[in-house]
Amino acid sequence: MKLRRVVSDKLWTVFTVVALGLAIVPLLSILFDIASKGISVINLDFFTQLPPLANASGGGMGNAIQGTLLLVALSSAIGLPIGLFSGVYISEYGVTNRYGSAVRFLGDVLAGIPSIVTGVLAYTLIVLTFQSFSVLAGGVALGTMMIPIVSNTTAEALKSVPNSIREASIALGIRKWRTSLLIMANAKKAIATASLLAIARITGETAPLILTAGISTLWFSGFNQPVGSLTYYIYYFGTSPYQNWQNMAWGAALILIAIVLGINAAVRLITRGKKAYA
Amino acid sequence: MLESVTSLDVEERQRLEPHDALETKMEVVGLDAWYSTKQALVDVNLNVRSNKVTAIIGPSGCGKSTLIRCLNRMHELVPGSRVTGSVLLDGKNIYGSDLDAVDVRRRVGMVFQKPNPFPNMSIADNVTAGLKLAGVKDESSMKEVERRTLERVGLWDEVKDDLKRSGASLSGGQQQRLCIARALAIEPEVLLMDEPCSALDPTATAKIEQLITSLKQTYTVVIVTHNMQQAARIADYTAFMYLGKLIEYDETTTLFENPRQELTERYITGKFG
Ligand SMILES: Nc1ncnc2c1ncn2[C@@H]1O[C@H](COP(=O)(O)OP(=O)(O)OP(=O)(O)O)[C@@H](O)[C@H]1O
Ligand SMILES: [Mg+2]
Repeated sequence: MKLRRVVSDKLWTVFTVVALGLAIVPLLSILFDIASKGISVINLDFFTQLPPLANASGGGMGNAIQGTLLLVALSSAIGLPIGLFSGVYISEYGVTNRYGSAVRFLGDVLAGIPSIVTGVLAYTLIVLTFQSFSVLAGGVALGTMMIPIVSNTTAEALKSVPNSIREASIALGIRKWRTSLLIMANAKKAIATASLLAIARITGETAPLILTAGISTLWFSGFNQPVGSLTYYIYYFGTSPYQNWQNMAWGAALILIAIVLGINAAVRLITRGKKAYA
Repeated sequence: MLESVTSLDVEERQRLEPHDALETKMEVVGLDAWYSTKQALVDVNLNVRSNKVTAIIGPSGCGKSTLIRCLNRMHELVPGSRVTGSVLLDGKNIYGSDLDAVDVRRRVGMVFQKPNPFPNMSIADNVTAGLKLAGVKDESSMKEVERRTLERVGLWDEVKDDLKRSGASLSGGQQQRLCIARALAIEPEVLLMDEPCSALDPTATAKIEQLITSLKQTYTVVIVTHNMQQAARIADYTAFMYLGKLIEYDETTTLFENPRQELTERYITGKFG
């Protein structure tokens, strides 16, 4: 009996270790692969030069880096405030009226929409209207994707603030909107975390950009013009038959992963050893 | 027996009320309160005397918290809640359309059972939160308010060297006095306290009781307590509630020594509850 228990215990441990290995090995090998292949093209030119012609030498991904940063900035400018305030509405105002659960349900539905569909939406609304791929369309598509992520996580963060704090504020004769700000201040770490994770999430999107921001071999030239992005170039160059383009794609992947990992590291720093609502 | 209490006529009711020439600060008239479909208060009538301490006692769930939360319109924050009847503050109905709930709460402050200082604020900022968050900007007067109010609750000497520390870093009793200071800083007229000592040890409790007694010079105090000895120690008037009804209300000594209702007597002699 005892032996059987010891054996099943050991088996269980082995099982979980193997599962962990199966999860981690591919991840590490991808990271290693990207780092080793990408690092060879990373130099100053990579950040400052435009993409090279096929089979040419030199060049960089400067415009793609610029485009990705611009798209992230624009989509954050759209998605963060709207997401934040709908989160505040769900948590602080929605409980006492029936619109709260409707907004919440809408958020869940939005969060479940595949990104390509959001891309189609921005394509129909903006690209077709202005007859051009554009930074604006890309920002709207990515921003729309951010809204439900930010609003649902913000609502969760605010709800984790004890109700006693809300009551303390209201009982002091502090107005509802001011009380909401106080509650947000108490959850600022969780809100910052949620916002950064939403940014990290959309930084890696490709599908909606193909339909919205398009691609460009030039630098940014206006919000109504298409723009290159790291993800689109990874796809475009990575599937090309040209060696120098493929190398550029590896470099772009490395930079993209560095950005996303950097954001996640920032999240770790923010949340280190702290209560969710402090 | 309860039936006989509900059907009290006006004359009877007046006979049950303390008779004195003291000024009324708040008057509860025919107050009913509900949580969704559950009625928590049934036709409550109560005169809160100016500059006195009024205690509300009664078994758990009888509606004590609900009643005092109706006195500063906190009850209405509970989704699905409802109130009918009126609560007069200096003769004016706080549920009337000409009074704003925010203004009512600034005149009728509240201290809760569990100390709830704002965790993201320093001790000093906790004290002045009610002023700052209402838009008062005058920085120089803030220092003055901090000192005066913390002295008022006997906390100044204990915290004057670390006003910048988080309010949550204080002991339970200190936190509760900080919360009282925070409520007093906006200079209310009435202070409501819902079992303010139930989370505290005897020493901290004694300090708060002493404080409450000193507060009535300036404020009208209504305190909910589970502890009959506490009511006897600090309250001038005591109201006994049972199942959402106000059974008896009188001067504290009369209520404890000469209760008129059998229910009251059974409660204070520990026969139930
Ligand atoms: N949020 C709520 N929703 C529904 N019913 C409630 C709610 N809060 C209180 N009640 C009910 O209303 C009645 C009165 O509650 P209240 O909290 O006023 O009692 P209390 O006298 O303060 O009790 P305690 O001494 O335990 O604090 C109780 O029956 C309680 O179950
Ligand atoms: Mg209670």
